[in-house]
Amino acid sequence: MNDLRDLYQEVILDHNKRPRNFRILPHPTHHADGVNPLCGDRISVYLDIEDEVIKDITFQGAGCAISSASASLMTEALKGKPIAEVEHLFDAFHDVVTTDCECPKGLGKLSVLAGVRDYPSRVKCATLAWHAVRAALEEHKEAVVTE
Amino acid sequence: MSTLELDIARIRAEFPILRQRVHGKPLVYLDNAASVQKPKAVIDAITECYTGYYANIHRGVHLLSERSTVAYEKTREKVRAFLNAASTQEIIFTRGTTESINLVASSFGGQTVKAGDEILITGMEHHSNIVPWQLLCERTGAKLKVVPFTDAGELILEEYERLLDGPVKLVAFVHLSNALGTLNPARQLIEMAHARGIPVLVDGAQSIPHLTVDVQALDCEFYAFSAHKIYGPSGVGVLYGKKALLEAMPPYQGGGDMIRLVTFEKTDYADLPNKFEAGTPSIADVIGLGSALDWVNAIGLDAIAAHEHALLDYATVQLSEIPGLKIMGTARDKAALVAFTMQGAHPHDIGTILDREGVAIRAGHHCAQPVMQRYGVPATARASFAVYNTRDEVDVLVAALWKVKEMFEL
Ligand SMILES: Cc1ncc(COP(=O)(O)O)c(C=O)c1O
Repeated sequence: MNDLRDLYQEVILDHNKRPRNFRILPHPTHHADGVNPLCGDRISVYLDIEDEVIKDITFQGAGCAISSASASLMTEALKGKPIAEVEHLFDAFHDVVTTDCECPKGLGKLSVLAGVRDYPSRVKCATLAWHAVRAALEEHKEAVVTE
Repeated sequence: MSTLELDIARIRAEFPILRQRVHGKPLVYLDNAASVQKPKAVIDAITECYTGYYANIHRGVHLLSERSTVAYEKTREKVRAFLNAASTQEIIFTRGTTESINLVASSFGGQTVKAGDEILITGMEHHSNIVPWQLLCERTGAKLKVVPFTDAGELILEEYERLLDGPVKLVAFVHLSNALGTLNPARQLIEMAHARGIPVLVDGAQSIPHLTVDVQALDCEFYAFSAHKIYGPSGVGVLYGKKALLEAMPPYQGGGDMIRLVTFEKTDYADLPNKFEAGTPSIADVIGLGSALDWVNAIGLDAIAAHEHALLDYATVQLSEIPGLKIMGTARDKAALVAFTMQGAHPHDIGTILDREGVAIRAGHHCAQPVMQRYGVPATARASFAVYNTRDEVDVLVAALWKVKEMFEL
């Protein structure tokens, strides 16, 4: 099961079991849902943005280990970041889960999801929460769909 | 087990694709409800058509066209016999169950359904037996009504009875549920509808490879199925319809092959079944379906069903012993598949881990999202059986599920 352990790393299993920032923000400034029609997973993200900075970010929903852990890790990575950095981080993260690139510096714990690149059908799981955040920032009202 | 015991090793040997290894493990293919693998006889029949006698049908005077036409029409007769339909005019080739249902929704529905009417389906339908009716309702102002089912996955007949008293113009239900494995009491459901003069469409996508279907005994107005679920190629399906209804219905699509005479003023349509087969069909694949039905007949659907049932019983017992595993769909009458969830492991993760063990299952909503909503789960894992599956393969599945527990420390 060695190669499976590359996908299901300890950090991922941990975040799946005990997701961080897993709650609803009562008065978010931004909010969006992400839906993966393939498996029916649904993730809601809530942001509290002040002066262009993500003061707080949380999520709720039901998903597989990859999408839950990715959402959890994402909230940790984005908390306190200026919103201008979201796109940059997303691009770097997307490269890590889809290409054989060297992991760019500054991704920190997010790079534990690099194993996803060997499981193309799971890339959408890893990026679901990110798509939701980007939609929230663009203030999309409708649920985004990972297709 | 039964006296109908099959030589599964011999049957497996007829499926070239089953010999392979995936991720270094022997392939254990348990995604048969999505699509079943093809025996060599079917692959050969298609190759033979393309290498020996392929040409367009119904329109050539030359030898190849005649041979293709004969082989194509022979399949229509094979389908008629397989369903025990009264006439080959009642057998229409389509692209699959989905197109068959859309044909009825568009042609029959467009003709008979008006604002205020109702279409009655069940809560356990595949999206392909929901969305065409929703579209029809949007077009006409009719309403879609849904028969609920119990926690076990059985239709609530008292509710069905009650709903039939509405202004229902058509009942459409799934014979064998792809999400739950429930085998619905088709004969009874049809009789109850007919007692009120309501016509019935049966979605036979899942039932066709697992049980003998006699459309005259069922007495349904329409029956739809796909070749790819009964060892035939993808891209071909069948709509059975009672002749009198089909004759009265307007064409579904316009084009070549479905006409008698075209002028710019008016077109006379061809007789059944050509009226509903506009354009060049998937000729070689229809012929492949004929070969698939021959193949199934040679083994015998009763023997196939008995083998699959024994597998289902065995799998149900084995899976039930895994702590935290919950089977979804525990109807008294079931066939061919078992859907389940595991506490602490999402079906998507189960699917990935099983795949690395060589086990192919389906993880997701199985194109039956309302069923998932009914049970409050986003998705399930599903193992589904075909004639070539074995008890050993069920054991591999069970061992792989223990690996899931190990991985997630459940
Ligand atoms: C119950 C049921 N109905 C309809 C369909 C649709 O069949 P097709 O995709 O071949 O048109 C399926 C296929 O999964 C099914 O299981």
